[in-house]
Amino acid sequence: MELYQMTAHQLHELLRKKEVTSQEITQSVFDRVQQVEDRIHSYITLLPELAMKQAQEADDRIRKGDFGRLTGIPVAIKDLICTQGIRTTCGSHILDNFVPNYDATVTMKLKKAGAVFVGKTNMDEFAMGSSTENSYFGPTRNPWDLERIPGGSSGGSAASVAAGECILSLGSDTGGSIRQPAACCGIVGLKPTYGRVSRYGLVAFASSLDQIGPFAKDVRDAALMLTAISGYEPRDSTSINLPVPDYTQSLSHDVQSLVLGVPQEAFGEGIDPEVEATVREAIRSLEKLGAKIVEVSLPHSQYAVAVYYIIAPAEASSNLARYDGVKYGFRAKGSHDLLEMYKETRSQGFGSEVKRRIMLGTYALSAGYYDAYYRKASQVRTLIGGDFEKAFGQCDALLLPTAPTPAFKLGEKVDDPLEMYLSDIYTIPCNLAGLPGISLPCGFSQTGLPIGLQILGNHFQEEKILRVAYAYERNTDHHLRKPNL
Amino acid sequence: MKITKEEVERVAVLARLKYSEEEKGRFVSQLNSILDYMDQLDKLDTSSVEPTFHAVTQKNVFREDAVQPSLNLEVTLANGPDPDRGFFRVPKIIE
Amino acid sequence: MEYEPVIGLEVHAQMLTKSKIFCSCSTAFGADPNTHTCPVCTGLPGSLPVLNRTVVEYTIRAALATHCEIAPYSLFARKNYFYPDLPKGYQISQYELPLSSSGFVDVQVDKDKKRIAIIRIHMEEDAGKLMHDLSSERGAHSYVDFNRTGVPLIEIVSAPEIRSPEEAAAYLRKLRAILMFLDICDGNMEEGSFRCDANISLRPKGQKTLGVKTELKNMNSFRNVQRALDYEIRRQTALLDQGEGIIQETRLWDAARGVTSSMRSKEEAHDYRYFPDPDLVPIVVDLEWVKALKASLPELPNTKKERFIREYEIPEYDAEVLTSSKSLANYYEACLQIYAKPKIVSNWIMSELLRELKRDEREIEECPVPAKNLAEMLKLIDDGLISGRIAKSVFEEMYQSGKKADEIVKEKGWIQVTDTSAIERTVEEVLGKHPKEVEEYKKGKDKLFGFFVGQVMKATQGKANPQLVNDLLKKKL
Repeated sequence: MELYQMTAHQLHELLRKKEVTSQEITQSVFDRVQQVEDRIHSYITLLPELAMKQAQEADDRIRKGDFGRLTGIPVAIKDLICTQGIRTTCGSHILDNFVPNYDATVTMKLKKAGAVFVGKTNMDEFAMGSSTENSYFGPTRNPWDLERIPGGSSGGSAASVAAGECILSLGSDTGGSIRQPAACCGIVGLKPTYGRVSRYGLVAFASSLDQIGPFAKDVRDAALMLTAISGYEPRDSTSINLPVPDYTQSLSHDVQSLVLGVPQEAFGEGIDPEVEATVREAIRSLEKLGAKIVEVSLPHSQYAVAVYYIIAPAEASSNLARYDGVKYGFRAKGSHDLLEMYKETRSQGFGSEVKRRIMLGTYALSAGYYDAYYRKASQVRTLIGGDFEKAFGQCDALLLPTAPTPAFKLGEKVDDPLEMYLSDIYTIPCNLAGLPGISLPCGFSQTGLPIGLQILGNHFQEEKILRVAYAYERNTDHHLRKPNL
Repeated sequence: MKITKEEVERVAVLARLKYSEEEKGRFVSQLNSILDYMDQLDKLDTSSVEPTFHAVTQKNVFREDAVQPSLNLEVTLANGPDPDRGFFRVPKIIE
Repeated sequence: MEYEPVIGLEVHAQMLTKSKIFCSCSTAFGADPNTHTCPVCTGLPGSLPVLNRTVVEYTIRAALATHCEIAPYSLFARKNYFYPDLPKGYQISQYELPLSSSGFVDVQVDKDKKRIAIIRIHMEEDAGKLMHDLSSERGAHSYVDFNRTGVPLIEIVSAPEIRSPEEAAAYLRKLRAILMFLDICDGNMEEGSFRCDANISLRPKGQKTLGVKTELKNMNSFRNVQRALDYEIRRQTALLDQGEGIIQETRLWDAARGVTSSMRSKEEAHDYRYFPDPDLVPIVVDLEWVKALKASLPELPNTKKERFIREYEIPEYDAEVLTSSKSLANYYEACLQIYAKPKIVSNWIMSELLRELKRDEREIEECPVPAKNLAEMLKLIDDGLISGRIAKSVFEEMYQSGKKADEIVKEKGWIQVTDTSAIERTVEEVLGKHPKEVEEYKKGKDKLFGFFVGQVMKATQGKANPQLVNDLLKKKL
């Protein structure tokens, strides 16, 4: 096996035993990038020089014996996360020349851990999308089928792990933007509880929903990365001050004492029959491993997409008001008065999906509509949260599909925004409730496209969902299958 | 609720966005179908439901009133599209 | 037709915290542009706000001092609009759930006491400073400085219960004094740390419904607030008398020309699209916290005034002046520690001291005469060492040099002459020099008495004890 094909925990062993150096690992990854990147397009910015420098520093640390599980491991970072001195575009023209003068909290943590930065990954502009087709820099392609989407909005982070273009990566999830790409690309993706990982330095899309999380080749790696990036940040008022356990300690094969709930709404209209069959098979697997399966109900989940597509654009319309050409980013040329500058800058700088959501959000908050839309949606959000509370009274974790279909074709849903929004139907509810969720591969379609199983837990129950995921994974070999590139 | 072209124009002004006539037309129909979809929320009786504005229930997150060093001027202005003598320069509002 | 003005005032006061409301940049005034900034107050992508606890405490104290109710649960909200001095494209403020509401301020306008209700007090962040090219041609520029962005503000909204420009000024003075007594604001209107906007409408006297209101801005002193309101009342009266309607608009006060003029903004009527800020969590204030802050409140202006009237038996007018600032009130009481004659001290402060300070445009905090020194000088008058008249000169010397009274009296040789026989001799000399005037006086020209007094004073370089001079002159004439 090539170094770029290994997991972080495997590579850590090799580094520890001095059988390999970080520079060798990094070189292997960059060689792979060289090999496949022009077909996949996972990256907006590649950092070969920085990476090699960091790899050297990592090797120094390893020689001195002062290193951890991420030291010397090549990682990729979604271009929505600020990296000091390194271009951070958010997949947008309006920030295509923006270089932050500070690091996000997660960036700082990765630096401290001695990780090696391969590059900043491609994404739907400002995290708005489910296919990575909304990037100013062009789409990313699914390593399993280059005619298909890798999922979104963290498509680049997912594809790069699946294609071996990095060992681990970071994405962000507001309505499913980690879990859905993970499912499309056949890898593990985890969205932590809201507040578990700090949003300081994560460019805001929908502040009450956004969370940063890891993409990984297996559950152990995801647990490793989660441990490294979690924790309290005093500069973030929504960061929760709870101790961070070593999440890899919770990985066990034992699910016998667990009760797993399957929401009856999980297999509704519009679900692909192969997805249904594969996910039901996964559920049966877990039952065979000793978990008790019960049926639960999330009666308000049918409203989740409507609630989300009011709240998220509303918050986004406000969060994106700062992109006005005054202090940073793109400013349209030739404007002679302020109003013209604002309109030209924003109309030229933003892509059409971003503009659509800004318009939708502005409308939902505007005078006369706030009560009917934003406030109403926030009330239904309470009901959705209530459903989960009730369900977790009956079970330890929930099982459901990650997405209603495997990866669809590039261009297939671009012209129908509503159809695109509906593909988030299984992932959105957990963001509204602030719950942790993980997606991992549970099988493939006839045509070889990955299918994802989603496990949701109650607040701060990452350990539980990791345990279920691990137990399932160890009993299958889906995570070992790689795309043919 | 139906959104009209005039309302699209009003919202565009609020959002500082501009659209061509053709784009406005497309927008109206896209927004309308999205908003029609939202109508289903009216089916729910939420009269006694408190809205959720925050995903986790924290309160009173404060910091102490202490000064930390600010950023260097060069660093602050580095990303500015038109920095001038320590200021961010913008076109003036023409009344 | 007689119209009644209906005025409501909105005050924005900068709070005297060391750091900004949502980040740790300094709030100090006067720094080079854009040197007190960070990712948070310049709205960089990914930055997040964290609330300064002291801002909450100051706001609660202001609310307690104005008898407001403190909300047990309050939220920050985003006020969304575009302007270059607003880096995030929204201002973090409070909307539906402010920290406090329903209070009042008692003010005095001449002899009348009035209670003005306060609708709400809430916290918000200040915007930056925008400066403009003088030209308004296309291609002209504006310049943005974000140092002020994020400085904590307290917004105090009065009920529209103010009925005259005088009342408005009295309300503002009292409110400002309260905030300064609490040490939460330095009250500097010229520098913009205490700002006032007014809403004013007229209605026929006796009518209950309100007329159309205009909003007045750009009034940077109490006098300007009064002048602007005066002007606006006249302007609206003239229009109404002509049968014309009032346009609801924002008008700027032009102090130089003495008029308000319409802000010809063709902008949309403001739709701020308020919603609770998801980056900030609710503020929950419990009774313990309120109790602790209440216990830490200093004696407030009106309470102090009442106490001064009661304890020192000075007139209301004096008490109002002396309690207009905490420092002045402290100065007064420090004097009384040494020289316990309240009315005399009050007179000296209100006439001599405040006059000198006003001439120099100094505040009491910069007074070159420490309270102790003034008190000791007053003692010298009582002891007969100097006359009341000489004391005025002594005081001026004290003010100029900072020296103590007894030093000056010694230096200048201004010790009062109380030797009766010496004065008697001088009186006889003076009367001897002016026989004609003595004749005229004896014939009935009483006014000449003052002339004789003046001559005696001149002869003694003002040092003669005035009472003795009077008595002796009367005796001799």
